[in-house]
Amino acid sequence: MASKLTTSNRAGWAFAFPGFGLLAMFIVVPFFFAFYLSLTNQRLISPNPTEFVGLDNYRSLLSISVLSIEPEVDDAGAVVRNEDGNPKYPRVRTFTRNNPEYPQYAGMREWFRWHSGDTAKVVVATDVVFWKSLRNTLMFVLVVAPVQGAIALGLALLINQRLRAINIYRAIYFMPVVVSIVVVSLLWRFLYAEEGLLNSILGALSFGMFEGRDWLGDPDTALGAIKAMSIWQAVGFHMVIWLSGLQTISPTLYEASSIEGASKWQTFRYVTWPGLRNTAVLVLIVITMQAFALFAQIDVMTNGGPLDSTTTVVFQAVERGYGKQDISGGSAISVVLFLIVLTISLIQRYLTREK
Amino acid sequence: MATVKLRDLRKSYGDVEVIKGVDIDIADGEFVVFVGPSGCGKSTLLRMIAGLEDITDGTLEIDGQRVNDLEPSKRGIAMVFQSYAIFPHMTVRENVAFGLTINKASKAEKEEKVAEAARILQMEHLLDRRPSELSGGQRQRVAIGRAIVRDPKVFLFDEPLSNLDAALRMDMRMEIGKLHQDLDASMIYVTHDQVEAMTLADKIVVLKDGKVMQIGAPMELYHEPANLFVAGFLGAPSMNFLDVTVHAVNDTTVTISSDSLDQIDVPHKGRSFTVGQAATLGVRPQYLHPAADEVGRLHGKVILTERLGSETVIDIGLADGSKVIAALAEDSIQIAGTDVNLDFDPNQAHIFPETR
Repeated sequence: MASKLTTSNRAGWAFAFPGFGLLAMFIVVPFFFAFYLSLTNQRLISPNPTEFVGLDNYRSLLSISVLSIEPEVDDAGAVVRNEDGNPKYPRVRTFTRNNPEYPQYAGMREWFRWHSGDTAKVVVATDVVFWKSLRNTLMFVLVVAPVQGAIALGLALLINQRLRAINIYRAIYFMPVVVSIVVVSLLWRFLYAEEGLLNSILGALSFGMFEGRDWLGDPDTALGAIKAMSIWQAVGFHMVIWLSGLQTISPTLYEASSIEGASKWQTFRYVTWPGLRNTAVLVLIVITMQAFALFAQIDVMTNGGPLDSTTTVVFQAVERGYGKQDISGGSAISVVLFLIVLTISLIQRYLTREK
Repeated sequence: MATVKLRDLRKSYGDVEVIKGVDIDIADGEFVVFVGPSGCGKSTLLRMIAGLEDITDGTLEIDGQRVNDLEPSKRGIAMVFQSYAIFPHMTVRENVAFGLTINKASKAEKEEKVAEAARILQMEHLLDRRPSELSGGQRQRVAIGRAIVRDPKVFLFDEPLSNLDAALRMDMRMEIGKLHQDLDASMIYVTHDQVEAMTLADKIVVLKDGKVMQIGAPMELYHEPANLFVAGFLGAPSMNFLDVTVHAVNDTTVTISSDSLDQIDVPHKGRSFTVGQAATLGVRPQYLHPAADEVGRLHGKVILTERLGSETVIDIGLADGSKVIAALAEDSIQIAGTDVNLDFDPNQAHIFPETR
């Protein structure tokens, strides 16, 4: 029955307002605001008036180059070598500090280097920490997206069976998703500690051969440790999405393939996997986006350390914006991250489109 | 091509027995239809033959070999499902060749067998399409093609026409009948539609509540139903039943009557009756007709007339409040509310000792 309330345009807008309002206030406005701030030199609290600086923030964030350094030579023209026989190179700062011959390298610092013959190729960037955070984030995504997706699918296949008490297993796998990521991170910090559970177990399993290490304190293992813990934490969520996809596949398709004599692998390949196409696209995009947004684990477990080995793009955005009060720099990082995620999502959608 | 033998086949889910000891023999090349109302166990029985449901007790033999514990793929059967069960991401060609792909058949063999199946089903022009581009009838044809390619000993059909509209159902029904003639294979076909059963079957198995009610050729079941259930289930419109009382038991007949039926002798066909017993008389609507001389045996009033052109269906209310239907083979006008006296040939009537 059409009452005045259901036909009134004004009532419709009034009902939509709370939702629209919240979305606008916390997503749409901040997005455009961040874009605006990234073009200024705004600081969180500052007595100085805000100035429009154009793309300066992006320039200092993204400037990167390769500097070729020839080894030092003595008067005779021979390469100077140290006691190990390696050539001696002039310090990078002689190029990047107050050197009018190389204005393009001014203010840059070394990220890493490799050697081509005797020439040292040094990658220098204005904002080395940002580049490290970008590399860490990409490494995180590259490992977490496929591994988490695959494990989640495996679990979904396991719990998509009619077994007694299967709901207990579903609950167990889903439990970490419900627990706050901050709590999970704190607990895993204890597990990873030098005197923690993981080292004790590895020590016991190897009869004392394994001496234990500070998983989060070692640049070689810190990011890996966080990857493992992140995969464990969110795998249940994606398992549920896979499960819902599995349950949309008609059981008669399985019966038909069993009559044809398909093996388990053939059934998966010809029936299950094609039936999960759309679910796979969804899971892949969601995991990728979540992985790019990695922050809480870093903030709780390592603060980006040791030696910037676990710093991430979002962590840098927050650290810069609030820690260092450089809100315009943080905004610029956010905008860059947005563009990266957008690009990757579009590529994924293109690659997984219906042909 | 093979024989199928079911011996005291049973199926239970926990304490609930759904198939209660079924014995059926299916000869080589025979077309057998399982028919019955929904929930009678006909699909379960078919799935037990296919191996999709476990057999709780009894023996199932295909081609003389006990197959109770064989995998579905090892039983030499092919199955066509109501929902087609064709793979949406594969072309028709890939769907039809699915079993061959699974068994890693050579490319040449695949092409040859798919072409053969496509020729039988006249769907060569569909081979490169995807299921989403096909109509329901075409999809079912693909499913049948997949079954043909398996070259099975026994074809199983699980209500294959139920998802199709009426016109298409008739076409496909004829095609399946023709397919049986061409392939000369043993086929087991499940349906709740008695028209499909009557037209397709060499032998009909009528099931009710997990038990076999009667097995026989379609006309045998139609003319000589073994019990009230079979009598009421086959034939459209369904058989009229009248509650009657037995007055005398003679050599080959019993004498019966009721409030609206004058006394009449009806052949008892070997069934035993006692005098004074309540029984049920069955007469098909086609054998009821208004009495020419105004002195018919069955007295009632016309309630409704449905004129279909080729026949006229009349609803008639009887004195005891029950209703019968008469189907007249010509177009005829009967005015609602008028008294009518009906007559029938006693030899076309069936008397059952059971009451409804």
